Amino acid sequence: MANPGSLAVTVAGADAMSDSLAGPRGRRPQRSLSGRNIMIYGTLAIAALYYLLPLYVMVVTSLKGMPEIRLGNIFAPPVEITFEPWAKAWASACTGLNCDGLSRGFWNSVRITIPSTVISIAIASINGYALANWRFKGSEIFFTILIVGAFIPYQVMIYPIVIVLREMGIYGTLTGLIIVHTIFGMPILTLLFRNYFVSLPEELFKAARIDGAGFWTIYLKIMLPMSLPIFVVAMILQITGIWNDFLFGVVFTRPEYYPMTVQLNNIVNSVQGVKEYNVNMAATILTGSVPLFVYFVSGRLFVRGIAAGAVKG
Amino acid sequence: MTGQTIARRPNQLFRNLNAKIASIPMILTAVVIFLGGTLWTVVYSFTNSKLLPRLSFVGLDQYERLWAATRWTVSITNLAIYGVLTLIFSLVIGFLLAALMDQKIRFENTFRTIFLYPFALSFIVTGLVWQWILNPEFGIQSVVRALGWTSFTFDPLYNADIVIYGILIAGLWQGTGLVMCLMLAGLRGIDGEIWKAARVDGIPTWKTYLFIVIPMMRAVFVTTLVIIASGIVRVYDLVVAQTSGGPGIASEVPAKYVYDYMFQAQNLGQGFAASTMMLVTVAIIIVPWAYLEFGGKKRG
Repeated sequence: MANPGSLAVTVAGADAMSDSLAGPRGRRPQRSLSGRNIMIYGTLAIAALYYLLPLYVMVVTSLKGMPEIRLGNIFAPPVEITFEPWAKAWASACTGLNCDGLSRGFWNSVRITIPSTVISIAIASINGYALANWRFKGSEIFFTILIVGAFIPYQVMIYPIVIVLREMGIYGTLTGLIIVHTIFGMPILTLLFRNYFVSLPEELFKAARIDGAGFWTIYLKIMLPMSLPIFVVAMILQITGIWNDFLFGVVFTRPEYYPMTVQLNNIVNSVQGVKEYNVNMAATILTGSVPLFVYFVSGRLFVRGIAAGAVKG
Repeated sequence: MTGQTIARRPNQLFRNLNAKIASIPMILTAVVIFLGGTLWTVVYSFTNSKLLPRLSFVGLDQYERLWAATRWTVSITNLAIYGVLTLIFSLVIGFLLAALMDQKIRFENTFRTIFLYPFALSFIVTGLVWQWILNPEFGIQSVVRALGWTSFTFDPLYNADIVIYGILIAGLWQGTGLVMCLMLAGLRGIDGEIWKAARVDGIPTWKTYLFIVIPMMRAVFVTTLVIIASGIVRVYDLVVAQTSGGPGIASEVPAKYVYDYMFQAQNLGQGFAASTMMLVTVAIIIVPWAYLEFGGKKRG
């Protein structure tokens, strides 16, 4: 199967590619209003409208009252702006018997995302470090299995994990879900860190060895401070990935621990009661706002993260 | 005796001990979960496990039942339609957008931010937004009707024949930005001299793209193809959010079949057989790719 070295090169290529996205090169754009320019900007503008439309519809719908939604069209801006749907989505929307809104899901997601991100990055960075600088017999074989495993559909491995977690007595808890996120984040993160550590000058590592530094000292005192950018990329990757997860949340937690995405789906697709589209859209924006915030703040690093993380699928 | 041996020459097992200890989570994940878990599921797909996994083998029974089930054939058909169309459209749209972005335009960062932001959103959010836009009572259909075209019909999520295309629209909205980014990076990787040479020879731009640039971007295309394909097989959240598999079973997909049989219908054997089929599907995509990408290099 796939040789991890070559696969790593492919991914490293994707990583390097994203660096070349640094900006347009060459001469300044012409200031002419030629037919060619109109065609280019026109097509891009229409495409941009298509991509922006859903965001616009979400925001507009969430600011209207229900009577206005029933009468008007979904693209029209609100006549009377109301923030009630937002308050309701956050604090009192119902999922089944619980009517405490999305806030519970939000805090669950926070309690899932933070430890999962920290633990998975800690473990994966140490893995990558060991694979780059401290190879031992068999380490490449385990790494190959790990990378090939990244392509196996999650559905194939879900049930065995349920059994393992049940045996450990943590099936249905947040701890269990955090372990699951750590497991499935491992292939791509390990690859990311391994490639990064391999690219660092080896003399550095050798000098530290001669000075008598061991495995942990070198990791903490040399590797860690030198690789902050890659840690940020990994964080972006994990925060958005884990926040957006649905499958693991629904399989591995009990309803009281459901993450925000699962709760959102339950609120919007619940069959009981009158559909309140404005509340639904407010809830949808609230759930999407965390990864969107990460996206807009991180900018180019996000592109780098997904170029590396896209292998995850 | 053994103590002496260690004293003379350190045992192989203790060389690099810290690295080995640090790698225990990785080794456990690779061997127990990825390798062991996969084998476990494949083995149990040949049993008649119902509520609990049991090792009583029934041969290929589960697979025969699987392929006889309408819901499964619908799921597979949907996955094939969704998969082929996603591949074609996201590659074409992604490449066209990237080619336009590569014309040294202004506001490149703004355009990229707009095209890529859906990729940051979850499939649940994507599915719910498009469920709302495609809602026949309030969405596009009603807006067009209000403009005077009263017989206009566009209700993909409520029409069993075209529901998968409704999901496709949402899927493309979410994923094409990523393809555009990968393609743009590929285009930027092409040497500027090539463009100059083509211009000197008087080759039209579209011909340069089609016969020179695209063949040069083979590696980027293949990587993108694998990325899209392995994502397609897993499509689950999007369907759950947008249609819950409806109307009826018209928009079911394999991943949902697996989940429903494992955790709702308590028919584990069926779930295992279906997930094994998913594994086979992925292998059909990945193995030829791995062979082409990495197998050939040994000879060269």
